Amino acid sequence: MITGKVIKFGDNVDTDVILPGPYLVHTDPNELAKHAMEGLDPKFPEKASGGVIVVGAKNFGCGSSREQAPIALKYSGVKCVLAESFARIFYRNAITIGLPVLVCTGVSSTVKEGDMLTVNLQSGRVENKTSGSVMQATMLPEFIMEILENGGLISHLKRRFEIE
Amino acid sequence: MNIIEKILANASGKKEVSPGDIVEANIDVAMTHDLTGPLAIKSFREIGAKKVWDSNKVVIILDHLVPASSVISAGLHKTVRSFAEEQHIKNFYDVGRGGVCHQVMPEKGHVRPGEVIVGSDSHTCTYGAFGAFATGIGSTEMAAVFATGKLWFRVPEVIKVEVTGKFQKSVTAKDLTLNIVGKIGADGAIYKGLEFGGSTIRDMTIDGRMVLSNMAVEMGAKAGLIEPDQKTLDYVKSRTDKPFTPIKSDPDSTYERVVDVNVSELEPQVAVPHSVDNVKPVSEVEDVTVDQAFIGSCTNGRIEDLRVAAQILKDKKIAKTVRLIVIPASQEIYLNAINEGLIRTFMDAGATVGNPNCGPCLGGHMGILAEGEACISTSNRNFIGRMGSTKSFVYLASPATVAASAITGKITDPRKNMEKV
Repeated sequence: MITGKVIKFGDNVDTDVILPGPYLVHTDPNELAKHAMEGLDPKFPEKASGGVIVVGAKNFGCGSSREQAPIALKYSGVKCVLAESFARIFYRNAITIGLPVLVCTGVSSTVKEGDMLTVNLQSGRVENKTSGSVMQATMLPEFIMEILENGGLISHLKRRFEIE
Repeated sequence: MNIIEKILANASGKKEVSPGDIVEANIDVAMTHDLTGPLAIKSFREIGAKKVWDSNKVVIILDHLVPASSVISAGLHKTVRSFAEEQHIKNFYDVGRGGVCHQVMPEKGHVRPGEVIVGSDSHTCTYGAFGAFATGIGSTEMAAVFATGKLWFRVPEVIKVEVTGKFQKSVTAKDLTLNIVGKIGADGAIYKGLEFGGSTIRDMTIDGRMVLSNMAVEMGAKAGLIEPDQKTLDYVKSRTDKPFTPIKSDPDSTYERVVDVNVSELEPQVAVPHSVDNVKPVSEVEDVTVDQAFIGSCTNGRIEDLRVAAQILKDKKIAKTVRLIVIPASQEIYLNAINEGLIRTFMDAGATVGNPNCGPCLGGHMGILAEGEACISTSNRNFIGRMGSTKSFVYLASPATVAASAITGKITDPRKNMEKV
C-alpha cells in the first residue's frame, strides 16, 4: 500500500522537464533528485520530499530514454506515478529502477492537487481519501510485479546471476 | 505477419507472433553512448556480471558532450573508455573517430536489415529506415542486455503510414515527418510500431528515410520501419560484409490502422513550442524572430541536409541578429562537406561550424539558449528547456527552412528565398 498527497501535472510531461539534459552528467541519485521536475516547477523536490504521489495525464514521460528521469523522481520522494498513459521507455525505466507506475483512466480529471490517495499495487485499487471516491488502475503483469517486489531490475537480475 | 512481427518472431525463435505477445528476443547489436553508458556500466557491475555477452555485438560511441565539455563529462568519457578496453569492445568510437551515434551506426556498418538493435538512446529508432527493428531502452536494461544478450518486448500493434505524391521544391523529408507527427500526435503511437510505405518513401533517399524513422519516437512509437529495397541493400552492402536477411511485410499483413498522406500540396512545416506535435505550415509562423539557427543532430546533420542548406546560403550573409550553428553528424560527413565546399559556404555566410556531436540539441553545450531567446532548429525536440533556459523557445524545421530563416532573422519559407536566387 502506498499513501501520499497528490502533485498534479498535465499532458506530455517530457523527460527534459522531469530531468533537464545538463544534469545527465550526474550519477548520484540524490544529486539528480535535487533537479526533479525543474523544467516545470523548480520547487518540486521541496514539495515532494515527504513522499508524494504524482498524477499525470496523457503520455507521461515522453522523450528521451534517460533512466535518470524516473531516478530523479524516485529519490526526490515520489512513491508512485498514476497517469492516463505513459511513454514506453519511461514506463520500462520506472519499473526497472523500482518506481511503481500505473495506468489509471480518469485519474487526471477526478483527482485534485493535494488530495490524499492510497494505492494498492497488487489489486490496482486507488482510493481518494479526500473525496471518498475509488478508481481502478490497470493491474501490473505478474513479472513486472516481481521486478518491483525485488526492488527493481538490478536486484532481480542479481538473484538470477547468483543462482547461475 | 508485418515486418515488425516477422523480425520479432525470428529473433525469439517463434514461428508466429501477434500484437500483445511478450517475447524474449536475441539482440543483434547493442549501442550505448557517453551520457547513458556510465549508468549502464554501473548497473552492469551491480548485477554482478563480469563479461558482455558478445563483445562484437556491442557498439560504444561518444557523442553527446564531445569533446568533453566539463570535468564531470570528461570523467564519464573515461569511465566508458576503460569499460570498452576492459571488455575488448573494438567497435568503440572515441572523440574524432565517429560522430553522432545514430549516423555512425549505419555508416560504420552496424545496422543491417532484419536485425534487432537496441540503444540506450530514444532515437535508436532511426535504424528502422534500414528495415531493422531498432528501439531505445534505459541504461539498466542495457546492462541486462550486455549481460544476457536478450531483452523482452511486447509485440506492438502497427500503424501503417502510406505516403504518396511528389514534393514541391524545397519541401523535404523533415516537412513530411513533422506533418506526420502533427497528424498522429505526440502520444498517437505509444507502445506501437510504425511502418512507413508508399511511392514517396520508395523515391526518398536513405538520408531522407532516416529523418522519418528518427522521429518515430516523437509519436511515442517503439519503432518506425521502412521495408528494405535496392537502395537499402546498396547502402548496407557498401558499409559491411556481414551477411543479413532482409525482411518484408507479407502482402496480407494486418495493421491497426492506415494513415494516408499526400505530399504534393505540402508546405514547409514548423513544430512550434513546446510540443513536437504542435505543427503548423510555415506561412502561419513567418513573423517569428529567431536569435539562433541550428543545422545538425541525428535528425538532420547529414550530407543531403548540408547540401540543401548550403544551396540557400550560397553568396548570402546571415542576419546580424542571428547565430547560425552548423554541426555535421559524422566525421565522414564533415570531410565530405569540406571537399564539396559546403563548409566554406557556411563560414562565408557567417555561420560557426562545430565538430560532429549532438551539440545544442539537448542543451548540453555548444549553443545553449538564454532566457527569452528563440532558436529554429533541424533537431527533433522543442520541449521546455530542451536547448537551454526553461524560458527559451525552440522551433523545429527542415534544413532549408532553418537556412532561409538564418538569412532573414525571422522564420522564413525557403521557397521564397529560392525564388530570389
